[in-house]
Amino acid sequence: MGAALEVHNLRKVYKDVVAVDGLDLQVRLGECFGLLGPNGAGKTTTIEICEGLIAADSGEVEMLGMRWDSDASQLRQRLGIQLQDTQLAEKLTVFETVRLFRSFYHAGPSPMDAIGLVQLEEKQKSRVGTLSGGQKQRLAMACALVGDPEFLFLDEPTTGLDPQARRQLWELIEEFKLAGRTILLTTHYMDEAERLCDRVAIMDHGKIIALGTPRELIASIGVEHVVEFSAGGASKALTVSALGEIEGVREVKSENGSVQLQVTELHRAVPALLAELDRQGLPLTELRTHSASLEDVFVTLTGRRLRDE
Amino acid sequence: MSDVTAIPDLRAREAARKAPRPSAWTDHPLAQLTLVRFLEFIREPEALFWVFIFPILLAAGLGIAFRNRPADVLKIAAVTPQLAQSLRNEKLLDVAQLPTGAAEEALRTGKVALLAIPGPSGSVVYKYDDTNPEGRTARMLADRAVQRAAGRVDPVASTDQLLREPGSRYIDFLIPGLLGMNLMGSAIWGMGFAIVDARRKKLMKRLVATPMPRHYFLLSFLLSRLLMLVVEVGVVLGFGAVVFGVPVRGSIVDLVLLCVLASMSFSALGLLIASRARTIEAASGLMNSVMMPMWIVSGVFFSSQRFPDFVQPIIHALPLTAAIDALRMNMLQGAGVAQIGPQMGVLGVWLIVCFALALKLFRWR
Repeated sequence: MGAALEVHNLRKVYKDVVAVDGLDLQVRLGECFGLLGPNGAGKTTTIEICEGLIAADSGEVEMLGMRWDSDASQLRQRLGIQLQDTQLAEKLTVFETVRLFRSFYHAGPSPMDAIGLVQLEEKQKSRVGTLSGGQKQRLAMACALVGDPEFLFLDEPTTGLDPQARRQLWELIEEFKLAGRTILLTTHYMDEAERLCDRVAIMDHGKIIALGTPRELIASIGVEHVVEFSAGGASKALTVSALGEIEGVREVKSENGSVQLQVTELHRAVPALLAELDRQGLPLTELRTHSASLEDVFVTLTGRRLRDE
Repeated sequence: MSDVTAIPDLRAREAARKAPRPSAWTDHPLAQLTLVRFLEFIREPEALFWVFIFPILLAAGLGIAFRNRPADVLKIAAVTPQLAQSLRNEKLLDVAQLPTGAAEEALRTGKVALLAIPGPSGSVVYKYDDTNPEGRTARMLADRAVQRAAGRVDPVASTDQLLREPGSRYIDFLIPGLLGMNLMGSAIWGMGFAIVDARRKKLMKRLVATPMPRHYFLLSFLLSRLLMLVVEVGVVLGFGAVVFGVPVRGSIVDLVLLCVLASMSFSALGLLIASRARTIEAASGLMNSVMMPMWIVSGVFFSSQRFPDFVQPIIHALPLTAAIDALRMNMLQGAGVAQIGPQMGVLGVWLIVCFALALKLFRWR
């Protein structure tokens, strides 16, 4: 499939901060592409340059085979945009808001159909100010969909939502994928990217530091599982160095009495770990394992966590 | 939610492709933007109060405070019963008969405006302060009463015709002033707050991300202003006409034209004020510093002629002065467009300069 969005050597500097630093990016037609990274990585700046809202200092952006400087009005008709933290007018109703946005587009679903797409029919006569956070995000989504866009930009669509509202929004986004739209989505939630995105680019300090399908990225760090445990009491300390000798353990990290092992084969590593603890005479107080995630990819690549929790 | 599949979405897209482009005029972006502006305004109770109720309360309050009263009765004192008797024939004088010492004291403390004392050989002496208008009036009234009591007959008969007709009272002066002030306030506040609020909430940025033509956004503010103008002007003029009988002597068409022009000039000024501000606080500070001087010098409550001559050219170049002067000329003197041309020119220049500057400076994000 061809490219829906092609970005080449993009650069944007704010005063003394380099927000985007020579970024290359390609989003294929019909895919859901995730731009992942911590706050301040340059995700929003990148997406807003692609949306034609801010001008880059240098570099090229080609959207659907068109350029912002020559085809802006045509492009606008074909994009659906959801910005980070837009507050829609609180005194208007859901229907009035969607009808306003509908009036800007040549073609697209009727306001009622767009409201139906995001399942806000029951709220169509409610004022925007009375909606919950999740409902507001779905309304923002309806406003993005009302021009029947080929390309959908979603900038942190679930930030600040409770888990249930996030899942509802994920289901909506999955439907848009099935409907054949190309989606560029930014997030700092790993689980969101793993679930929704066909391909993911991990951004840090204005650059892409890893690119691929979630599976490829996780495989690239060479670990499949992560084992976390705590052992022993105050009386006897754990000999951490011995853990590195265990079969299949790639890396050992010790933090506040909790130890994290990155392992390839869980079924061999865990019994070996138990045997080693037995040998050192330390009782196990806590044991957890999870499959390696994009979070682990980020930690491996940067040595930092994605979010400061 | 989980039972929802992609089917309805696909179907909706299919239906949408076939649906023709909306053609009703109400689906036009400009109509929608104007409608939304209007809905937002009427759903804001505070805005309704300041635009419609406040000017009426102000006009009613001032109208009552400055209502026309019969001419004041002047207090004077006489020291002899004969003099007091003669003076009491004059209805506009309230005569007290006091002993000499008390009468002198009353004059000194301003309790009476004049003191009548018998002089040598049947003459009368008036004691009063000739720098005080009341004293001078009392002197004339008292002397007339004394002369008539002594038998003077006026050689020419005269009658009085009292002039208290609409058009020359304080309320007649005040209503056009309030109308001008209202036009300015609602235009500047209406533009300023709505634009800065949309910018602060990133709603403006969201609208710019749609295919909406940007000039429609600004135009919708002007159009909704015109809609509101009908009500604003109607409320103030209607109140003035019904309650106080304030006249509109000029042509209504001219008056409407003038109100529209004034409102557009003030809107352009509001647009300019709101063109860069990112916070409501910054915008209100700017708006107040622009409007406050005009409330004072532009002749809302008292004539701007009271300010010294050397600042008059500046005062007359202000849009509120031009608007109020032209409104007064139209309503009270029945002036036509030709006579209010200079004022309309001033408003036109403000409109063009402010709008051009605002377009140049406007921050869309």
